Amino acid sequence: MLSYLAIIFSAILVNNIVFAQFLGICPFIGVSKNLDSAFGMGMAVTFVMVVATAVTWLLQHYVLLPLGVGYIQTIAFILVIAVLVQMLEIVMKKSSPGLYAALGVFLPLITTNCAVLGVAIIVAQKNFDFLYSVVYALATALGFALALALFAGIRTQLELSDVPASMRGVPVALLTAGILAMAFMGFSGITIG
Amino acid sequence: MKGLGVIYDGLIKRNPTFVLILGMCPTLGTTSTAITGLSMGLATLLVLVCSNAAISMLKNFIPDKVRIPAFIVVIASFVTIVQMVMQAWFPSLYSALGIFIPLIVVNCILLGRAEAFASKNPVGLSVCDGIGIGLGFTCALTAIGIVRELLGTGAVFGCQLYSADFGALLFVLAPGAFIVLGLLLALFNRLIIKK
Repeated sequence: MLSYLAIIFSAILVNNIVFAQFLGICPFIGVSKNLDSAFGMGMAVTFVMVVATAVTWLLQHYVLLPLGVGYIQTIAFILVIAVLVQMLEIVMKKSSPGLYAALGVFLPLITTNCAVLGVAIIVAQKNFDFLYSVVYALATALGFALALALFAGIRTQLELSDVPASMRGVPVALLTAGILAMAFMGFSGITIG
Repeated sequence: MKGLGVIYDGLIKRNPTFVLILGMCPTLGTTSTAITGLSMGLATLLVLVCSNAAISMLKNFIPDKVRIPAFIVVIASFVTIVQMVMQAWFPSLYSALGIFIPLIVVNCILLGRAEAFASKNPVGLSVCDGIGIGLGFTCALTAIGIVRELLGTGAVFGCQLYSADFGALLFVLAPGAFIVLGLLLALFNRLIIKK
């Protein structure tokens, strides 16, 4: 039990996927202009990351490794994620239109979100067992959503401030992200279990 | 001649890092030293040139509806080749770059160039575009790597310029990546785009 708590804590705060591992920066910069879209993107990523990690874990341990074709991991994983995102979109459109309307626009973007493929590969490399992998994916995705929501809050304030022309937009957003990353470094001294 | 123009465009006018602002993850994640930045840039350059050439050759055979998955498979195949080559010949570099090598697949620069350029232009020009954009990416990553390594450890490409005791470790760590990239972007805006 303690090891699960430790991995949740570490994936959300200590090894935050955006601030410590540099994955999923494109949506982090692109979709963090207001709190609503940041929330939508965070939820969509959480959903896809958990499902994708579960499916790629099964693929890795029951298909690729027994057949001895571990080297096509990258190709297999990205195809599975692309198909999965498409399927989720179709299923959600039919079964829960409300959720589809909320996440719809963000779903296609997730295929090229490196955080999803990144977590699938990290889990395969570190040889986590199934439950551990899914918990890790969930916690990592929550860390991503947290980073996105925090940053969106700061950026709405940033819009109102007077920034030099050449710094406007992405440069000042990156500087702010740097300061936020510094704050997250404060968690790195903490160890559990 | 047209090829040179395309290369120049990719290097300066459409620089993937400083103008298009694409592929941020490897830009931040692999530039803690100049040498890792340079090698990440070169690996991406290689994949980009090969995938642009292959997609340009295949453009008439790929049905329009499934072009995105087809592009992804082509890119993923070349990434796998580069990954295996690096694992065999440059094992230390491979472990330093770690997860960012397989993640070249989801670098938006590659799919972006495949969709916007290689699927519409002849092979020669597509290769030039790959070289230009790839070099632009490599130069940007190397520049960020040099700044971070110099400020953080006082060295450039591992060659000590001043004592590491005066380095600010922050620049090698995660926050430094964001801060250096933000400042270099602003500098590029000021000097080259003259915003």
